[in-house]
Amino acid sequence: MTILVIAEHEAGAVAPATLNTVAAAAKIGGDVHLLVAGAGVGAIAEAAAKIAGVAKVLVADNAAYEHALPENVAPLIVELAGNYSHVLAPASTNGKNILPRVAALLDVDQISEIIAVESADTFKRPIYAGNAIATVQSSAAVKVITVRATGFDAVASEGGSASVESVSAAHDAGKSSFVGEELAKSDRPELTAAKIVISGGRGLQNGDNFKHLYTLADKLGAAVGASRAAVDAGFVPNDMQVGQTGKIVAPQLYIAVGISGAIQHLAGMKDSKVIVAINKDEEAPIFQVADYGLVADLFEAIPELEKLV
Amino acid sequence: MKVLVAVKRVVDYNVKVRVKADNSGVDLANVKMSMNPFCEIAVEEAVRLKEKGVASEIIAVAVGPTAAQEQLRTALALGADRAILVEHADELNSLAVAKALKAIVDKEQPQLVILGKQAIDSDNNQTGQMLAALTGFAQGTFASKVEVAGDTLNVTREIDGGLQTVALKLPAVVTTDLRLNEPRYASLPNIMKAKKKPLETLTAEALGVALTSTTKTLKVEAPAARSAGIKVKSVAELVEKLKNEAKVI
Repeated sequence: MTILVIAEHEAGAVAPATLNTVAAAAKIGGDVHLLVAGAGVGAIAEAAAKIAGVAKVLVADNAAYEHALPENVAPLIVELAGNYSHVLAPASTNGKNILPRVAALLDVDQISEIIAVESADTFKRPIYAGNAIATVQSSAAVKVITVRATGFDAVASEGGSASVESVSAAHDAGKSSFVGEELAKSDRPELTAAKIVISGGRGLQNGDNFKHLYTLADKLGAAVGASRAAVDAGFVPNDMQVGQTGKIVAPQLYIAVGISGAIQHLAGMKDSKVIVAINKDEEAPIFQVADYGLVADLFEAIPELEKLV
Repeated sequence: MKVLVAVKRVVDYNVKVRVKADNSGVDLANVKMSMNPFCEIAVEEAVRLKEKGVASEIIAVAVGPTAAQEQLRTALALGADRAILVEHADELNSLAVAKALKAIVDKEQPQLVILGKQAIDSDNNQTGQMLAALTGFAQGTFASKVEVAGDTLNVTREIDGGLQTVALKLPAVVTTDLRLNEPRYASLPNIMKAKKKPLETLTAEALGVALTSTTKTLKVEAPAARSAGIKVKSVAELVEKLKNEAKVI
């Protein structure tokens, strides 16, 4: 049994979710190979070869793979998949974009966002915004799976010594092209990798008021997230959304500020180690999942909190 | 151009589902069902394309039980011209749904297919990508902006780090994210008119589609409950607890 993990990389480095996905592969058992696809990714492949538990790194270095366009990357993975029992990718927007396309081309179901490995063919995954956990068994010849990073503790990024092999296959479907991107620029840690996350909801009242959270976050070394309500109201961009349809986070500390706690939001953060809720409505459902609840006006509590930490 | 929109009948957004006592699934008896919220956004986008004169005809398609006719009628009330139900009583995996949709695409030859990015019941986020694979179309997933320019479709996508724009050759598949648009409500006259619009019912067998699956659900359980903690009286007490009890700051 050999497992192919699709490495996620950004800005010239392996993205942390790759390490959690390798951990899921290790739980399945067997050799773990990593595919690094992109343009000019030699250095990334060298770094990936050091990841603990990886036996081989495949590098597909070609301009066609530069922006992870699924029309080009999916056929590459399909071509390699025949050698593998499982193909795993992080449940990032890239993984979610590419892997269902791979599964359909292989004529197998894809299993989305697993949070636990029961055996080589049986996995647990949340459904209904995490209000139920399904145990699913796959009979597919190649099991195509996306992995929710918060379900698995990351393997070490150093210590391994995998061989690096290049893959010459060049697939350019010529159906899509990259036009541009606007990436959120922030000196704060990435939401899904941060140890502390502070999220704001509709209680913040407007986008400008998020500055209170940013100040506190900078002091704590935290990332800043938001509820869907805050995104829908236009306070902050969608890449900050935590919840069923946004990002899934499980930091050491999650501070929910002015968030009522709709089930769709809880779906994205209830696996956090410690949850703090600050809300002036003492009936808010967020308090039902919070380890520490503070019934207070956030505009008074947040500046005070910033002074005390 | 012809636009196909897929809609799914799912448990209503506001319902908190419960797992059945025998762990065979979630209890959907007497639960309010609605159109999946992301599918509403897909219908709205198609209607806006028609209002701009880009789309000539909108066909709403559902793959599901007889009762999914209700959601197709909603799509018709919102502005779809006609509807097709591929009737199938049992729950289907995304690949089976994508295969049924592929058969409709072959039949109708749309230039654009719009779907929701994910259904809020199975939370799979697969069908659009799979349909794109089966048809060989380009895909623009998690779209927050869609613009047709001749035979090219520019799609701005919500990605983890921000926004990405891709240019796709038509025909193409688009899946919708939250901020693509704000769906309208159907007006009463339009709801009445929708009753007279054509709704065709087909079966997978008639379309020659095999709805086989490589996945079996063994059991469905309630998640481990998280119990409520304590209420602190002041910010100072909160900081003290976080430092000394939880030791997280």
